[in-house]
Amino acid sequence: MRRVVVTGLGLVTPLGADVETAWSNILAGKSGAGPITRFDASDQKCRIACEVKPADHEYGFDANKRVDHKVQRQVDPFIVYGIDAAGQAIEDAGLEDMDEAARLRAGCSIGSGIGGLPGIEKESLILAEKGPGRVSPHFVHGRLINLISGQVSIKYGLMGPNHAVVTACSTGAHSIGDAARMIRDDDADIMLAGGAEATICPIGIAGFAQARALSTAFNDQPEKASRPYDVARDGFVMGEGAGVVVLEEYEHAKARGAKIYAEVIGYGLSGDAYHVTAPHPEGSGAFRSMQMALRKAGVGPADIDYINAHGTSTPLGDELELGAVRRLFGDEIARVSMSSTKSAIGHLLGGAGAVESIFCILAMRDQIAPPTLNLDNPSEGCVGVDLVPHTARKREIRAVLNNSFGFGGTNASLVMKRPD
Amino acid sequence: MSDTAERVQKIVVEHLGVESEKVTQEASFIDDLGADSLDIVELVMAFEEEFGVEIPDDAAEKITTVGDATKYIEEHKG
Repeated sequence: MRRVVVTGLGLVTPLGADVETAWSNILAGKSGAGPITRFDASDQKCRIACEVKPADHEYGFDANKRVDHKVQRQVDPFIVYGIDAAGQAIEDAGLEDMDEAARLRAGCSIGSGIGGLPGIEKESLILAEKGPGRVSPHFVHGRLINLISGQVSIKYGLMGPNHAVVTACSTGAHSIGDAARMIRDDDADIMLAGGAEATICPIGIAGFAQARALSTAFNDQPEKASRPYDVARDGFVMGEGAGVVVLEEYEHAKARGAKIYAEVIGYGLSGDAYHVTAPHPEGSGAFRSMQMALRKAGVGPADIDYINAHGTSTPLGDELELGAVRRLFGDEIARVSMSSTKSAIGHLLGGAGAVESIFCILAMRDQIAPPTLNLDNPSEGCVGVDLVPHTARKREIRAVLNNSFGFGGTNASLVMKRPD
Repeated sequence: MSDTAERVQKIVVEHLGVESEKVTQEASFIDDLGADSLDIVELVMAFEEEFGVEIPDDAAEKITTVGDATKYIEEHKG
């Protein structure tokens, strides 16, 4: 069977717009949260977010590095983040100069949970105020979810499968899992896979706040707001950014002497079939997703050392996920480390699963588990589980499990291991 | 350069991300400045906003160079 490995990484996050900066800030226990600066949020219930920082910030994002001026003007920020993260991953993998034969076998699977919400909001206001003749001719293709994959394929000449997953907050994980299957099934040798999101805009914040999903109790202490598993948690903090990996068929990567970060060995998917926003009360969808990923990987709980949890800091979700992990892992739960990096960068929605897969890969590379910030008083269900509170911990990490769950009751789990 | 020509040039530079030296009156939006048909639709909208003129579709279709745009605006602005 064709094996799939990871040979390139790219990140745009609230804690850094390149892989090493973001990762070192995560390990240092920094928080990317702060008051919303993109717009006047004074009338919002939630007035905080984890924004990607501007170019002049210590770890800010400079769109001009990899995205043409004209494209920047025409598309929503989630596409800009996605193009940049994909570019980083291609450069990291040393694939900037693929010949035509290679490019015919290279594709994209970069999705988003929501797509170009800020642009939809802005152009809707223009439509209402100035009429249809003032709506941008770039409105549609500048907001569409599959336009990261579209733009990246045009920029780098990638003529293989061109795909884009839309599964809310599990988009990033499904994107990687689907792309890995495309390589396994011989549709491609190389896939750019991941997700991006940028919905920190008035209607994005208002919409999630009205769904009672966002934290509203920590507007005056933004860095304390994302606190997965803590008794005082009251909702997630919206993040933004992108994560993209280069997936490559193992023999292909070996033949060109590529640096191999990890192997994707298991992918599980399931549906809760329960409720549009609330997770299944017994965590059954999460359980089945993880169970399938382990089964496909041919490993058991004893082989997994680190879990990057979905752990969004919502009152319901965190403990249901933990309960599902507990049931699946049995006694092995005492040996595993499980943390939520959303405590540091917030919830990147459609980008989360990809960004967190990259953190999993780096955790294996550096043999260190990233921390769960703000875990001052773990809730009852956390007893006996190492949630890596406050500070990163060195430990053996042979294989990892990454969970992502989304509105609609959609679940995805990935299992990756260190390269042989 | 006339005031209109200068403002047209500024809009083209901003929208297409090209160097201002390239935006001569003779420059073709598509052949010289890398625009596509949708970029021209957007530019026409920007000209309409900037100069308070209306450029109907049949007139917009005939605007292929920077000079065409400048000439149309000078002839039609209030």
